[in-house]
Amino acid sequence: MREFADGSSAIVRGALAAGCTFFAGYPITPASPILVAMLRELPKVGGVAIQAEDEIASIGMCIGAAMSGARVMTATSGPGISLYSENIGMAIMGEVPLVIVDVQRLGPATGGATTVGQGDVQFVRWGTAGGYPIIALAPSSIPECYSLTMKAFDLAERFRCPVFLLTDKELNMTMNTVDLDQYQDVPVRDRDRYKREDSREDAFAPYRYHPPDGVPPIAHYGEDVIVRFTGSTHDEHAFITKHPPTVEALNRHLSAKIEEHVDDIELVSADLEPGARTLLISYGVTARAMREGVRSARGQSQKVSALTIHSLWPVPENAVKSALEGVERVVVAELNLGQYRREIERIAPDREILGLNRMDGELISPDHFLEVIR
Amino acid sequence: MTAAPVTITPLETYRNASPYPFCPGCGHGFILDHLNQALVELQLDPRRVVIVTDIGCVGLSDQYFNTSAFHGLHGRSTTYATGIKLARPDLKVIVLMGDGGTGIGGTHLLSAARRNIGISVLVFNNFNFGMTGGQHSTTTPTGAITATTRAGNLERPLDICATVAANGASYVYRGTNFDKDLPERLAEAIQNEGFSLLDIWELCTAYYVVNNQFSRKALMGTLEELGFPTGVIHRETVPEYAAAYRQAYADLVGVPTASPQPIEPKFESVLERHFNLVVAGSAGGKVRSTARLVGVAAILSGLRAAQRDDYPITIKSGHSVSELVLSPSEIYYTGINRPDALLILSQDGYNKVKHYLPLMRGDDFLFVTPPFADVETQAQVGVIDPSRSPLRVPRASTTLAILAAMLKQLGLFPPQALEEAARHGRRQFVDENLKAIAAGFALADG
Repeated sequence: MREFADGSSAIVRGALAAGCTFFAGYPITPASPILVAMLRELPKVGGVAIQAEDEIASIGMCIGAAMSGARVMTATSGPGISLYSENIGMAIMGEVPLVIVDVQRLGPATGGATTVGQGDVQFVRWGTAGGYPIIALAPSSIPECYSLTMKAFDLAERFRCPVFLLTDKELNMTMNTVDLDQYQDVPVRDRDRYKREDSREDAFAPYRYHPPDGVPPIAHYGEDVIVRFTGSTHDEHAFITKHPPTVEALNRHLSAKIEEHVDDIELVSADLEPGARTLLISYGVTARAMREGVRSARGQSQKVSALTIHSLWPVPENAVKSALEGVERVVVAELNLGQYRREIERIAPDREILGLNRMDGELISPDHFLEVIR
Repeated sequence: MTAAPVTITPLETYRNASPYPFCPGCGHGFILDHLNQALVELQLDPRRVVIVTDIGCVGLSDQYFNTSAFHGLHGRSTTYATGIKLARPDLKVIVLMGDGGTGIGGTHLLSAARRNIGISVLVFNNFNFGMTGGQHSTTTPTGAITATTRAGNLERPLDICATVAANGASYVYRGTNFDKDLPERLAEAIQNEGFSLLDIWELCTAYYVVNNQFSRKALMGTLEELGFPTGVIHRETVPEYAAAYRQAYADLVGVPTASPQPIEPKFESVLERHFNLVVAGSAGGKVRSTARLVGVAAILSGLRAAQRDDYPITIKSGHSVSELVLSPSEIYYTGINRPDALLILSQDGYNKVKHYLPLMRGDDFLFVTPPFADVETQAQVGVIDPSRSPLRVPRASTTLAILAAMLKQLGLFPPQALEEAARHGRRQFVDENLKAIAAGFALADG
């Protein structure tokens, strides 16, 4: 059995399958279909979905709801991520499980609202003050829109942090044919919950993490302890502090809890061919054309390897390094001027690294890949 | 500082042991003491009270209470409070913000009032930014001296109470931190099911008092000069949003959520490669929905289909182009380099796709309506004139009739697949779509 569907509908179904109970968003092309569908679907599972007064309120409501026990998601496009920026930092600091869908469109500013782009790759990584890490997943098919939405919830719950699902106008709004058995459910862990019997004699400490890369067990508002939350630099009780060792430990913890677990987060599809001199690297919608380009090249007896990156942040360095073995040149294909190529250049300074880039609002085609394979 | 464990009720205080950090004479401590009195009077479970603080000196306040707390970003406190209340309507959510937060978070305050979301907002209104050096705020009186209004404030102060009262708030109060009845008013506000706002005027002894020789007497004088009423200004019974939401959607709870619409192949196609089909018309001409029927018909015929739509940001004007890829194998790349068949329905569509024409070759197909019969191309041209169909073409489905005629000639999949696809579509359009398809087929046969 098959269906004729788009990525938006798969993301919505993935969120429901992951147990999402709260959504807040603001209309923006090309993310609006997710907003409309979540408003329609969430009441059916007893959840709440709301169109907020702006993007700042959307993510703010999500943060409040997440700390009250909800599994939350919001969806927007580049201009909305700009408005999310300060609250993304808030979710990092307050350790909030939060899924953010960024349906990329051509930028900057209003840019091309109905035009595909992949220009937010570095933006989501560095999109808030302070430079703290986030997690970002990039599906490149409609079934992956479903499974990686579920995975985004799993990682948000596991690491108590914002997790981006980075898609684009093309993936979300272009219809394609899906075999229904390609929709794969992903297990979604629940956030580590505070259990009263574990505690010491004193009050619940909302930010008590052990070891430094651990995640503090959570208690929600209205449960059986007093819960404090803060976006300020804090001690384990969420009281504001300037005590240097406590401040240093907190900031290192916020980084370590993600960076030290890159291997748990790593998700790639490697299609490696022995003897290939060229490795193609791509992600999102561009990886689809790469796949077709590789198929054509091999049809012409050309050897080529390809790596599709699904976990863009943190960078899956080990997976990239193993794909690099025996390869002389690397081509990084993306709908921007080489944002992810920077990461590959950092990992492989001794390789020839080329960019396959397009910025006219059209897709990189399989023929473009064929031109760079040799 | 450490948080004390929860003690058993009745609670004599909701404060912890830490002394306030505020300047001597600052109104904040008085208001917080009044809030504590209100909480003691109400005897609320401190785990079910969430004090949400904004930014500024008032943003420190939650740390002096033994209740649940949320310290957020500047101006956004009402959004977090709304999220908490929507997720847990049983909680008492109390927002503490300054006049600064009121300004930067104005749209949130207004929206919270319009929704009548069940939160209580206390505005600690001292007419300037105390924490950052005494700059003016949205409530600074006209003419007042601040760090950023050295020649006197040229702006008019915001009447917070009138604004929220006119826009849906169900409890609105204005007073000062000197008011004897403030604990009772705070208790009333917290007990109100909907959105409550208390605009509480007070002294910033660090800046506003110094810069303006301000005093309790002068504060009263300013109230009088501006003609701002005091006391309980507004009370009304309006449904609270979180409760109203649950009531409005109660019937939906338990209804199955969206699931895939399965399509089972029933027909066969002779197509052995990717076939690119472009339909170029005008917005409002049902181009996208018609292309979608073609996609479903292809899937019904064992093919795969991809459909990429292009249209301007406006909805009912300009071009509407649907690019379909039909193939026996998986379609990874959904773009089109060159159409195998191109259908031009209107001038808007022609303008958008004319760049394809020079690329098309002798074995490609160009279908046009009569106005475009003379378009220059190497492709084989078929002119489709729906007015010549022996059967009536439903006016709203002309695009489908033309496309049906075209598909009949192309023979990519059996004609019955298109009829079956129409039966798969939305019920109210089935009959009309089937008539349009029949008219199109008759046209192709004629």
